[in-house]
Amino acid sequence: MAPTFAVLAETKDGVARKVTLEMLAEARRLAQSAGGGSVGAIALGPLDAGEPARLAQHGADRIVHVESASLTTYSAEAFCGAAQAALGQAKPDSLFIAATSQGKDLAPRLAARLRVGLASDCVGFEIRDGELVARRPIYAGKAFGRVSWSTARPRIATVRPNTFAALPADAARKAEVEKVALEAVNVRARVVGFEKSEGEMLDLTEANIIVSGGRAMQGPENFELLRRLCTVLGATLGASRAAVDAGWIDHSHQVGQTGKVVNPTVYIAVGISGAIQHLAGMSSSRTIVAINKDKDAPIFKVASYGIVGDLYQIVPKLTEEFAKVLRE
Amino acid sequence: MNIVVFVKQVPDTETRIQLKDGVVDTSSVKWVANPYDEFAIEEGLRIRERLGQGKVTVVSLGPDRVKEAIKYALSLGADEGVHVKGDEVALSDPLAVATVLAAAARKLGFDLILTGKQGVDHDWSQVGVMLAEILDLPHVSVVVHLEVDPDAKKGKAKREVEGGAELLEFDLPAVITAQKGLNEPRYASLKGIMAVKKKVIPEWSPADLGLDPASLAEGAATIRFVDFALPPPRPAGRILEGDPADTARELVRLLREEAKVI
Ligand SMILES: Cc1cc2nc3c(=O)[nH]c(=O)nc-3n(C[C@H](O)[C@H](O)[C@H](O)COP(=O)(O)OP(=O)(O)OC[C@H]3O[C@@H](n4cnc5c(N)ncnc54)[C@H](O)[C@@H]3O)c2cc1C
Ligand SMILES: Nc1ncnc2c1ncn2[C@@H]1O[C@H](COP(=O)(O)O)[C@@H](O)[C@H]1O
Repeated sequence: MAPTFAVLAETKDGVARKVTLEMLAEARRLAQSAGGGSVGAIALGPLDAGEPARLAQHGADRIVHVESASLTTYSAEAFCGAAQAALGQAKPDSLFIAATSQGKDLAPRLAARLRVGLASDCVGFEIRDGELVARRPIYAGKAFGRVSWSTARPRIATVRPNTFAALPADAARKAEVEKVALEAVNVRARVVGFEKSEGEMLDLTEANIIVSGGRAMQGPENFELLRRLCTVLGATLGASRAAVDAGWIDHSHQVGQTGKVVNPTVYIAVGISGAIQHLAGMSSSRTIVAINKDKDAPIFKVASYGIVGDLYQIVPKLTEEFAKVLRE
Repeated sequence: MNIVVFVKQVPDTETRIQLKDGVVDTSSVKWVANPYDEFAIEEGLRIRERLGQGKVTVVSLGPDRVKEAIKYALSLGADEGVHVKGDEVALSDPLAVATVLAAAARKLGFDLILTGKQGVDHDWSQVGVMLAEILDLPHVSVVVHLEVDPDAKKGKAKREVEGGAELLEFDLPAVITAQKGLNEPRYASLKGIMAVKKKVIPEWSPADLGLDPASLAEGAATIRFVDFALPPPRPAGRILEGDPADTARELVRLLREEAKVI
């Protein structure tokens, strides 16, 4: 029988996030490579009127929608119950969930409830001898492992955002929406508030460009230099652990093995030596730029481009130059 | 208040990962307590100290080497440690690990379970949340701030998400997975290190926990590694030296015209 895939649509304010469309595209590709399988989308909670059509246009053959008052805001317990109900209807062989803070919070709970295998944070998939195989970084990207599942279904994988490209919308594609009811769930851990972090920057894990500062920044005030460069580039600010531990910047900015693992198009490391734990978190970035006064610093070994020199002289010049060319 | 902290032993983050016969070579690895579990241990100790009562029990599943991670937690001030014996196979499937640890938690009894948000070896980020499901408890993952009120059987937590933090209220007992920022772990004191020598660390087997060893054998795993690879080496870069204005201008040109990324 042709394999069936399902994508758990992550939504924000009733609209599917980009990562949902990325997962649909990858599921479509796999379904085709396996000889014409089908792809379903599972949506939990509020969904805008135009969204089912959009999910179909980006690759879904069918849509299973669970609506309930318990799903207005995310909670692991209610979403787990809802996902279970939807899976009872969709019955996929494989289920993709976004490797976002929500998906990573939900997926282990769902996998444990169904007693099925979960491969977290996958960055590649293939079908080998009719079986799904996933590729995922281990040791924060110092190595990669390929994993396969037992015969229990569905196989669950969380998929790292920004890894796959969404398909262009195809207006000819349509899908039916199947509604599934959810019985009331007893939610024992409830979200009661949200604290927005500073600035309008994208999250490190979603950023296209990251500018990170290290111990060489010497204090919180000098991070202003990097913030200015970030503004010009539309980049997100990162940091080494040394800068975080010194208290110059919040830990949510830390990049590395015990911080965020990032893979932006451009990573600019400013005054960072390139310790193994830092490299683990950023060495899969497409283009790495290093600015360091020590030409033997290990960061230069992974850098695509680098400048040897004093950051306090170089960063202002660089900001000026980018501002000039990007204005043109 | 009975607090159970689960600690995984992992290779030191300094470790350069190498493959031997197609698998990760751990023969010369220095094993340490998982960095995120240090935040979990510290939080357990702080809650006990704040309440002026309670007990912190540290549990690790793995081969004999994991005793060192338990002793480390004891040297920091944990009251008791338990070693649940399991070979490398038993460690490879997060659901199997969570099943064993859940059985250990039941045997111990608990009001609060603390884990790290992720083991920095295989980066699964699964076991803590799975424990909650198996034990039918609420959980809050990736926690950077925690308050518990054992009398009211309630807690408050702050958890890190994209673009900010969620504030949650939860019922006790619960599972909390610790993120960096939760606290600043202490160092072992000499007194703590001396005290470890007097502690007996009981060894439990899965059978002691009422589990069928066959359920932990390789064939029973829900997920397994097929093979491993190292990332491809990065090609040598273009390193510029000289006048700051010139090199900055050249770098901008290269990023736009050669790499075409900005
Ligand atoms: C368990 C554990 C986990 C860890 N996890 C992480 C992690 O997740 N992320 C992380 O980053 N680290 C991590 N580390 C820490 C890591 O080992 C390094 O200590 C840290 O990355 C060093 O930060 P740094 O490069 O900013 O500082 P340093 O190593 O001190 O480097 C500063 C660099 O700045 C350069 N410099 C100085 N002045 C100037 C100037 N004026 N202009 C230009 N360059 C200048 C110097 O040449 C030097 O190369 C971890 C460590 C441990 C033990
Ligand atoms: N073998 C183990 N023994 C004790 N605790 C573990 C073990 N494996 C995982 N854990 C706990 O579960 C957390 C998440 O681990 P993981 O799912 O492997 O990323 C860790 O930070 C530990 O607190």
